Amino acid sequence: MNFVPVPMHIPDGFLSLGVALFCWGVTAVVVGVALRRTQAMGEQRVPLMGIMAAFIFAAQMINFPVAGGTSGHLLGGALAAMVLGPWPAMLVMTAVIAVQGLLFQDGGLLAMGANILNMGLLTAAVGYGLYRAGARLRPRARLVVAGGAAWLSVMTGALATSLQLWLSGTARLDIVVPAMLGVHALIGIGEALITVGALTFIARTRPEVLEPGSGQERGGRGWVLAGVLVSVLVVVLSPLASSNPDGLERVAMDLGFFGRSADAPYHLLSGYTLPFLGETPLSTILAGLVGVGVVVLVVMFLTRLVRARREM
Amino acid sequence: MHDSVFDRYREGNSLIHRLDPRVKVVVTVGLILSNALLPDGAWAAFAFSWALVLLGNALAGLGMDFTFRRSFVALPFALVAVTAVFSLPGRALFEGDLGPWHLVVTEAGVVRFASVLLRAWLSVQVAILLIATTRFPDLLHALEHLHLPSLLVTTIAFLYRYMFVLTDEVLRMTRARQARSALLPGRRGGGTVSWRARVAGNMVGQLFLRSYERSERIYQAMLARGYRGQIRTLAPHVLRGGDYLFALAALLGVLLIQLVGRL
Repeated sequence: MNFVPVPMHIPDGFLSLGVALFCWGVTAVVVGVALRRTQAMGEQRVPLMGIMAAFIFAAQMINFPVAGGTSGHLLGGALAAMVLGPWPAMLVMTAVIAVQGLLFQDGGLLAMGANILNMGLLTAAVGYGLYRAGARLRPRARLVVAGGAAWLSVMTGALATSLQLWLSGTARLDIVVPAMLGVHALIGIGEALITVGALTFIARTRPEVLEPGSGQERGGRGWVLAGVLVSVLVVVLSPLASSNPDGLERVAMDLGFFGRSADAPYHLLSGYTLPFLGETPLSTILAGLVGVGVVVLVVMFLTRLVRARREM
Repeated sequence: MHDSVFDRYREGNSLIHRLDPRVKVVVTVGLILSNALLPDGAWAAFAFSWALVLLGNALAGLGMDFTFRRSFVALPFALVAVTAVFSLPGRALFEGDLGPWHLVVTEAGVVRFASVLLRAWLSVQVAILLIATTRFPDLLHALEHLHLPSLLVTTIAFLYRYMFVLTDEVLRMTRARQARSALLPGRRGGGTVSWRARVAGNMVGQLFLRSYERSERIYQAMLARGYRGQIRTLAPHVLRGGDYLFALAALLGVLLIQLVGRL
């Protein structure tokens, strides 16, 4: 049996130094918090975390044939977060991606920060947040939510990967985003089906493992909010990136991203002139307004949901 | 399963094998950083960087082409970087339309694409050399010495020990599935895709429960043997004069590469 690579591990050399170090910074902070939260749960967690990492590593090899020689398999970030809780899942995924990079050169060392962020942290946050949002639903509906969460977790990772490549000047935005998202929309279906299958199986045979309060740390509303926010961002950004790359470029410039990468030794987009400069700010602002509106609506809906539940 | 399926370590007693793992990790990261720092199209510096990798191969007694033969793992990802060819402004070499995209192949784009591939290819070789000359437990110990959080290092250490065990479990489960999936010639078998996916999901769920229960047993066994939250090792890991010398030589090499790249 061969080691099956997931087509999302960025090798070294594909990210600019600025983007790679920025991602390492974000990853270091989040993993630091995850470590502290997991450590607080007691030393019994140490072997459990290691074995769970080995479980994800091995589970990524289980596949099922789809059609034409392709097969569906698991990335595992969302599933890990659903069965272990978000912080332990982040630690587990970090270990898995670290070993894949160190031992198998599947993903680079300098790019490892980005890889952990895309495949470990974002997938766990989105997967857990959405799953948690459906915690009060009936079992069947909850499984549907879990599947959707697993699918969207893969899409989030793919979008983050595309954006990092684009910010590094390695790929063209309006090609890489539809290509990556198109491929991963299919991969995500496999992820969703396996995640739902695994959850169903565990719920049928050892339901107490999935119950809150069985030693796992369960986050609350914060995770729901984070998961929903990132998902909304993915849903809004994906079509925007493929249809209006100039607009997104403008946003990135305003946020100072290209300024940072221009500090990098090889000048990425120096002298890059944006066409239709007069037109883009307007469309960007409009898109931004729509995004903000959606986010506000979702937050309002959520707070109302929480309040209604308290009054019950 | 024999652990050599996963283990990339090559037994040896060369200069590189005997170096302190800390030095090897730092030099590896340094060389990869150096590759990332080289400007596009610094062909001479790329060649010089490769020469250092080849020298490392020779010093490790692995044969000159050892890392080269294993260096193509990053290649599938190159597909993504192909779009770099169209993404930079510059002298146009070729123009055309493909579906909704207007594509202009520029000189700068082609240079960027080639440079990205070279950087990736060189960096992978350095990492392969590190892992071929350092035992994984030694590598983890080096990471701990370099102040990575000990919970993270311990988790990775456990992952490394048990990935063989759990991969064996997966192999057994896959074999069992195959044994129950008889196929008549000329007939489609295996049910619908969603049924197959559910079977895979069940297997993952079962693997999870087995791992979960195994981790409880392991923890009890560790307590029984006097585990106090730390993993011990017999390897001393003391930095010697030779280690410092090697690090210095590597630093000089990196500086020289950067100098060549900027001339």
